Amino acid sequence: MKDLFSIRNMSQERIVFALAVLLFVVAGTTLRGFLDANNLVAIVRSVSVLGILAVGMALVIIGRGIDLSAVAIMAMSVAWYLQMLDRGTPDSLALPLALAGVLAIGCLNGFMIAYADVPAIFATLASGAFVYGFVRSQLIAQDATPVPPDHWIDQLGRFHLVAIPVEVFFFSGVAFLAFLFLRFAKWGRYVYLMGDNFLAARNMGIPVRPMIVLRYVISALIAASAGVLTASSLHSINVRVVNSNLLYDIILVVVIGGVGLSGGRGGMRNVIVGALLIGIMQNAMTILDISNIYQNLIKSTILLIAIVVDSLLNPRDEQTAQQGDI
Amino acid sequence: MKLKKMLAAVALTMLGALAVNTAAKAQDDPGPAAYQQALKGKRVVMVPMAMGFDLAQGWAAYLKREVEAWGGSFDTRDPNWDNAAGAQAITDLISSDPKPDVLVVHSPDLNSYSKLLKKAQKDGIYVVLVDNPMNYPADAFVGSDWDRLGQLEAEAVVKGCGDNSSKKIGLVQGDAANASSIYQYNGIMKVLVKHPDFQVVAKPFSNWDPTTSRTVTATMLQQNPDICGIVDFWDGDATGATAAIKDAKLDGKVFLVTTGGGETVDCKALQDGTFGAVVMTELQHQSRDMNAVIKFLLQSGQPAGTSKTYIYTLEKATTKADLKPDTCWDVKALQAGQF
Repeated sequence: MKDLFSIRNMSQERIVFALAVLLFVVAGTTLRGFLDANNLVAIVRSVSVLGILAVGMALVIIGRGIDLSAVAIMAMSVAWYLQMLDRGTPDSLALPLALAGVLAIGCLNGFMIAYADVPAIFATLASGAFVYGFVRSQLIAQDATPVPPDHWIDQLGRFHLVAIPVEVFFFSGVAFLAFLFLRFAKWGRYVYLMGDNFLAARNMGIPVRPMIVLRYVISALIAASAGVLTASSLHSINVRVVNSNLLYDIILVVVIGGVGLSGGRGGMRNVIVGALLIGIMQNAMTILDISNIYQNLIKSTILLIAIVVDSLLNPRDEQTAQQGDI
Repeated sequence: MKLKKMLAAVALTMLGALAVNTAAKAQDDPGPAAYQQALKGKRVVMVPMAMGFDLAQGWAAYLKREVEAWGGSFDTRDPNWDNAAGAQAITDLISSDPKPDVLVVHSPDLNSYSKLLKKAQKDGIYVVLVDNPMNYPADAFVGSDWDRLGQLEAEAVVKGCGDNSSKKIGLVQGDAANASSIYQYNGIMKVLVKHPDFQVVAKPFSNWDPTTSRTVTATMLQQNPDICGIVDFWDGDATGATAAIKDAKLDGKVFLVTTGGGETVDCKALQDGTFGAVVMTELQHQSRDMNAVIKFLLQSGQPAGTSKTYIYTLEKATTKADLKPDTCWDVKALQAGQF
């Protein structure tokens, strides 16, 4: 306890948490309206889709992998679903079809990585590009696809509970479920074991290959749910988001929160801390009217610092050196 | 005597016929032949920023119809919002065989394609810029005068707010590199100088992304709940601003002005009050201007890169009161061949 605040004990999560608190205090005292209850809700709301995607990404990264197809799955599954509805396909057929598509891509990612031994970074990069290209060229007509009026996605977006919008519940819910899975489910514990030392995990009899497939399927499902949430709040989905910085922002949230890219470390707490830091930063920068060029510069500088700090605090040991990075 | 008369009559008739014949020959219109000779088989290729949005699909539908009607060929490339892919497409087109005779380019910013387009002109390809201007003299520019467009938006928002409002305005800009965003901003500011009591309380960027537009608008309204009007620089991301206004329960209190292609979504939004005013591009006229300037260049005899022409589309801020059944066009109908 006595060296709780000594440098040696400063895990990245604590540094980031301290930074978030500091930023919060500074913004709260200097920026008019920052501490307003509505603004605080708006901060959580603005990072909820990012946060949900980061939960999925964290599950994969903790197990020593990465899912670069998350944003493509998020946008394209929902765009395809809405396009089917637009063309008159009944919901009872369109929804199962879209879900089946999401499951298929999750399985494809998992199989390529677990059974064909394709490195995760290439497998998911390729499958993400494939999903985007295929759906954009074959299945949908335009970048933006509207939600039909009074559809359940539309109603979902209007749902509030005591002035707190649905996104906040959704983000907390997904993070809590992921927390329960990682902490209490046997398969959840396996994620850490596999991320920490894959060979040892395999030797002790963990079904590593089905476990990998499971993780990418969960990641794909979480991504699709983030897409539904996006569509519900904007009343449409625009697939241009696939070309945006969103994917890097997801990785930024995960890494900045302290989930090590080499696997086996971190949890949902890190994701929430990372998402809140980004949310507070973006909100303060918007209030200050900082142009988005500088916003990107500031965000990327913080990511660089986080990565450097990560490698200083968690130096590479024999074991990670042998396994190499993702 | 009779014979003489008859012979004379025959001779006269023949002469007359001859005269009529030569007169007809002299009056034969040389236009269509020259037109056809200059245009037949000419290849026109359009490289928009992406094919996935209403304006590009509208231009393409009109140009394809017109170009094919005068005997040329028309096709498009889809860089899908990726500048590098757009540059690659232009490079490939310059070295393709047969070379295009006219490139119709929708540039992502003021400079990226300058060198490539200069090379295209050197190889004898006419370059027509559409919608987004560049710091480079193309053979022709067809599109909006974005400065003027910004002025129209500002006038609309000043009118929409009215004299008894808070006179606080928010802007949701596009990005800091795109000419349409920069000039739109300049135009808005020019008008606001004339209305010193109106002030811009925030001017964040959306990066043309609806989610970002929603987040920044939410923050803006949170900080200034008494904002009376917002100008979002594109209807493609204004859905985000709309959602933020609804979330803040300020619908009906914030006058939202935006600009767009005038597709049916714009009219729907004006009808249900989510947009207060839209400065619309008259797609049909703009596409016709493109077609006319392409036909002019191909017949002019003027080598590529030696002239420059600016053709600005007539713009006007449309409000709910101005809506007519034919105010908007329908991209689905266009693609199905209904013009």
